Amino acid sequence: MTTVTLSESNAPASVGVVTPETLVIDDPLTLTCGAVLPSYQLVYETYGKLNEQASNAVLICHALSGDHHAAGYHHEDDKTPGWWDHYIGPGKAIDTNVFFVVGVNNIGSCRGSTGPASINPATQQPYGPDFPMVTCADWVVTQAKLADHLGIEQWAVVAGGSLGGMQVQQWAIDFPSRLKHAVIIASAPRLSAQNIAFNEVARQAIMTDPEFHGGHFLANNTIPKQGLMLARMLGHLTYLSDDLMGQKFGRELRSGHVNYSYDVEFQVESYLRYQGEKFATKSNFDANSYLLMTKALDYFDPALEHNDDLVAAYAPIEAQALVVAFTTDWRFSPERSLEMVKALRQAGKRVVYAEVESTHGHDAFLLPNAYYEQVFAAYMRRVAVESAL
Amino acid sequence: MSLKPEFTRLLDWIPQGARVLDLGCGSADLLAYLMKHKGVQGVGLEMNPISIIASISNGVDVIQADLNDINLVNMFGENAFDVVLTTQTLQSMQRPDYLIDSMLRIGKRAIVTFPNFGYWRNRLQLMSGGKMPVSDSLPYQWYDTPNTHLCTFADFETFCQERNIYILEQRVLGNAWGAEWFPNLLGEVALYHIEKGIGSH
Repeated sequence: MTTVTLSESNAPASVGVVTPETLVIDDPLTLTCGAVLPSYQLVYETYGKLNEQASNAVLICHALSGDHHAAGYHHEDDKTPGWWDHYIGPGKAIDTNVFFVVGVNNIGSCRGSTGPASINPATQQPYGPDFPMVTCADWVVTQAKLADHLGIEQWAVVAGGSLGGMQVQQWAIDFPSRLKHAVIIASAPRLSAQNIAFNEVARQAIMTDPEFHGGHFLANNTIPKQGLMLARMLGHLTYLSDDLMGQKFGRELRSGHVNYSYDVEFQVESYLRYQGEKFATKSNFDANSYLLMTKALDYFDPALEHNDDLVAAYAPIEAQALVVAFTTDWRFSPERSLEMVKALRQAGKRVVYAEVESTHGHDAFLLPNAYYEQVFAAYMRRVAVESAL
Repeated sequence: MSLKPEFTRLLDWIPQGARVLDLGCGSADLLAYLMKHKGVQGVGLEMNPISIIASISNGVDVIQADLNDINLVNMFGENAFDVVLTTQTLQSMQRPDYLIDSMLRIGKRAIVTFPNFGYWRNRLQLMSGGKMPVSDSLPYQWYDTPNTHLCTFADFETFCQERNIYILEQRVLGNAWGAEWFPNLLGEVALYHIEKGIGSH
């Protein structure tokens, strides 16, 4: 009998200061959309040590605005750790004392890997809007190149949340023998119409900004700040739950009384503006990348080429899966995760599913949560035991 | 690993290498045992977070779901399992009849265990003290019990007859001598091995 109690972890250590690395790949890459990238580079980080058999490797796939910096700090005074630092590190769910963890920035993004802000070798100008559309399938191909470079024939685990969870599914479908476990968190087998609609509003906010210049804003020495800000405000509010916003802000007024004006009246307005502003300025996120990432989300649909039969799409999978959803996540709801669980089961695959109680909406997959941590840690320990790590 | 007596009594109903689903699997000790010793392909359903973590640690594939809400036929499909079992869960379901119906659709055979409300000690407590029975197999008070659908062996067998459910075998757990002969009076816990009757869908 296994005895388990739910408790807060006692602050395990960080992976410390990490330095990103760059891999340049000169093989031309034919993308799903038909375009060819003559060469590209991938920026990545690693935590922990790859064992002799290269059997302890974990790939982390990032979401919409994420990157390769999943854990640790970039310098001694860095105040913000990597985006999944709570779950990656010594003694954490993805224990870097056991696993060798790889975080990689996807092409089309804007954190160092080749994307719209990179220089197009053909024109010596930034690609801008000419950067081709990229899909989860394209990303997985580039991530496999990185695996080859690192000497990893088979990942012990490929893990990711949201759009990252879509890449995990793509890995399991496209390279069945190259991963033993698929960890799919707060994700979906395809976006719903409502989800695509939210993405479209975000894109329109960016593209209709006069500073967008048809995507050539860098050549015009400007950025569509207003559009990016609006896109982020919309995205951000859909990642939170109604309950949480109620708890956090309620109808609290900024000045304590109503002014009957269009200035910021409610605290929630102030918060959203702050989040949007921060994203559009401080984070230096490329607007063309934002557009590309949302399109990759929209296009992901492995069942499409199987007459919408997800069971058939999952048929090639050899990996075992852990699927996790959060109760108040309405953009990637537990029902969507159950669709994946159902199809995996009916395709004869092994799957563990946990539905985590949380008030944090979609953002919950990034945040501390005792149950989530322990499910994740228990599953990773099981992976380690199975592979004798 | 030592199994509960209730579990050891149903092991021979589970064929080697069978596909087994345990509804309300708890820490999945039974499934872990069956996977190790009988090579079964086990899956558990459970809703308690602590039990989920224990099941994962036990190496068992567990799916977090509320048995009162989940549509089992939709989730797993017809005849997805050789054996679907539920131990000590039936009596706390909102609709035990729906559960048994689903079990026999997603599985070829089912195993059901539940406390016998007709056990003589229960009868005695109700008859002599005029109070709802409280015992090892029914450890709750009337106001906090999850057991909203208690039945006796006789009730269950009538139910099976009406639904055209075939009882392959019935076993009882009880210390009293003679429990095998007078199960409804002397059996404390019932174990039933059932399948769809001929002609039922």
